[in-house]
Amino acid sequence: MADEHARKWDRCLADTAVKTVTGLGVGIVFSLIVFKRRAWPLSFGSGLGLGMGYSNCQHDFRSPYLIHGRMVKVSAQCNFHCLSEVCDTRSHHAA
Amino acid sequence: MLRACLRGANATARKNYRRIPLTSLQQCRHYTAGESSASKVVVAGLLTVSGGIGGTVLYAKWDHKFRAAVEKNVPYSDWLLGLALGPAAQDPGLPIKKRVELAQPPSMIEKQAKKSAKKEGAEGPVKDSSPAPSQPAQSLEEASAEATHIISAIGEVPSVPAPCDTEAAAVKECNECHEHKEATAVHPAPTEPMKERPVEEVAARLAQQEQEEQDISASVSASLEDSLASSAKATLQAIGAQEAALQAIMQHTDKLKEAMEAEVLPEEKSNQWKDLEAALADRTTALNDARAALSKANESLDSLRSVIDESKGLKISSVRPLVLAAEENLHNMVVDLDKMVMKVQSAESEAKIVSQYSELVNEAKRQFQREVSSLTPEIQANWKGLTGKLSTDDLNALIAHAHRRIDQLNRELAEQKIREKIHIDAALEQQKLEDQKALDNAVNTALQHVKEDARLDQERKLAELREVMEAEMRTQLRRQAAAHTDHVQDVLKVQEHELKAEAEQVLSSKMLEQETRYRQLTQEQLDNFTLDMNTAYARLKGVEEAIDSHVVAEDEARKAHQLWLSVEALSYSLKTAEADVPTVPLENAAQAVRDSCRDNDFALALASALPEKSLQRGVYSEASLRARFNSLRSLARRVALIDESRNSLYQYFLSYLQAALLFEKSQEAPPSQLSSEDLDPFKLLSYASYCLEHGDLELAAKLVNQLRGEARRVVEDWLIEARLTLETRQVVNLLSAYANAVGLGTTQAP
Repeated sequence: MADEHARKWDRCLADTAVKTVTGLGVGIVFSLIVFKRRAWPLSFGSGLGLGMGYSNCQHDFRSPYLIHGRMVKVSAQCNFHCLSEVCDTRSHHAA
Repeated sequence: MLRACLRGANATARKNYRRIPLTSLQQCRHYTAGESSASKVVVAGLLTVSGGIGGTVLYAKWDHKFRAAVEKNVPYSDWLLGLALGPAAQDPGLPIKKRVELAQPPSMIEKQAKKSAKKEGAEGPVKDSSPAPSQPAQSLEEASAEATHIISAIGEVPSVPAPCDTEAAAVKECNECHEHKEATAVHPAPTEPMKERPVEEVAARLAQQEQEEQDISASVSASLEDSLASSAKATLQAIGAQEAALQAIMQHTDKLKEAMEAEVLPEEKSNQWKDLEAALADRTTALNDARAALSKANESLDSLRSVIDESKGLKISSVRPLVLAAEENLHNMVVDLDKMVMKVQSAESEAKIVSQYSELVNEAKRQFQREVSSLTPEIQANWKGLTGKLSTDDLNALIAHAHRRIDQLNRELAEQKIREKIHIDAALEQQKLEDQKALDNAVNTALQHVKEDARLDQERKLAELREVMEAEMRTQLRRQAAAHTDHVQDVLKVQEHELKAEAEQVLSSKMLEQETRYRQLTQEQLDNFTLDMNTAYARLKGVEEAIDSHVVAEDEARKAHQLWLSVEALSYSLKTAEADVPTVPLENAAQAVRDSCRDNDFALALASALPEKSLQRGVYSEASLRARFNSLRSLARRVALIDESRNSLYQYFLSYLQAALLFEKSQEAPPSQLSSEDLDPFKLLSYASYCLEHGDLELAAKLVNQLRGEARRVVEDWLIEARLTLETRQVVNLLSAYANAVGLGTTQAP
């Protein structure tokens, strides 16, 4: 389990780097082709990539703590007891 | 921005090893909001408190139960409430209860008094009847005593025993019904001083009384007879005397008449006169005798009457007929005597007349003689013999005298004839008077006689009636006695039944007792024999068992030794762990242990309690775990801030920052009790290191178990390994302890 943490970090960083670079590249492409060599698509793309990477990283780190609910459909006989569990996908407390 | 500020504040707070709750931040807000509200708050609080106290006091004044509750629950409130309201009023419910209780005892006392009175009343008749001898009548007595007890309990029976003057009558009744003691018992029972006389006493008394009666009656009859005899004798004597007197009188009268009327010779006349005088003398003597005899008879009759009266005064019934007979005799004698006396009196009166006549005649004769002698003085008395001597003158004088006398006599006769009527009337009057007197006397005597007769008749009738009544009463009493005897017979029969039943019961119970005792004794004997047999058998068994157990014990010892050896092998194999390599798989050793304890459930269970992983893969040693922990510690420190809820990447950054900036002791002794502030990961890790350094893997694992969140995830696998090691070691320790124990147990001490 301790190694898992390190591995996660590795994945995360790698993923973020890849995404940033990819975003940057896409930005460059768009900047060159569509937006007349403006600077903003570069930062936009890299930011997009960074953000995606960050989000993925965060999700990866949160993944053990995510609670997955499921809707259980009951038969027509037990209409009173609706065994529906509230699906609490994410707990956005802070951030 | 605000959030960042808050987080910074959190971080700085955590530097001081505190977890500040969120509410403190709100307090900060309050402090920062405004300080003038504090006074308002204080005033409001004071008002509320005083209002509450005042309201409590008022309500306590109105409701006593509430006051009591408050006084009970709140200390010193009773002082306060007493100060404000005065002492609490008494519970009004209590006096009613007290009154009820007070009312009860009087009734109870009454009941007790009644009960005691009843007991006394019951005791009285019981006591009275207890001295009585045990007779068949005793049950009757008891029944009667019960009845009397009931009667006395209901009301007082104001019966006093009959007074002594009627004792004779009562005794007579008792004499005839002395079996009916109830009748006599009822009377004396309620009055305790009058004790009931027992039978013998009553019988003795009765016999005594009878004896006395008999004596008295004998004496009375004797006296009566004596007096009767004497009076009869006297009366007969008197009657005889009276008869003699009568005869004498008659004789005298006749003689007198004769002497008057007869014309006899002078010599014979003188004889006649002599006879007359003799007769007179006889008469007088006879009269005297008669009078004397009469007086004697009267005396004796009086004595008889007195004796009769005396005996009547005794009032004994057996004497009565005697008395009656005596009275009758007396009456007859009195009647005869009276008759004789009357006869004598009539004879006397006749004689008186005749004597008067004779006197008259004598007087006339004397007169004549005197006259003749006066005329012829020389003539002697006896003039009839002197006819030759007389001269014619004398004869003429005599004839003249005779004629003169005849004239005189004629004149007297004429006068007498004239005066006849008057004389007759006077005589008649006299006669009437005398007749009246005689009549009165006769009437009186006759009346007396009749009265006496009537009285005697009455007495006779009374006696007859009494006899009849006596006979009737005797029959009734006899009937009662018969009924009583029947009743007594019935009661006796019942008693007999009861006694028989009782006796049979006693007999049967005794028989049962004897039987049970016999059975008990036989059983005891059997039991003793069995016991002896059992003891002998048991001893034999014991000896056998001892021998067997010796064998068994040796076997056990061998097995224990084997077990111990295998367990030792297992524990040795635990020590084969090296730096980072786990031990050899413990499967073989465990198998050996299992083999050596086939029949030992405990050891078998323990042997099978070894975790599977340790068997297959082996366990890590403590040293390797310690080494691993050190590396894990840094990682755990780094993710200390990440828990289940906050795990964004920014958190991770902050957590890394904290780990870099925070310094804690590398090893710290854990306290005996963890408080909430000890649950900080850094502290926990330092405690755990300390424990590990001091070889307490268990405590270190426990402490590490307190980590939460990401740190926990990080150290999870280490924890699992530590657990495994601990488990295996525990099982092995148990097994070895058990093997040691078993080995010790099977060792035969010399």
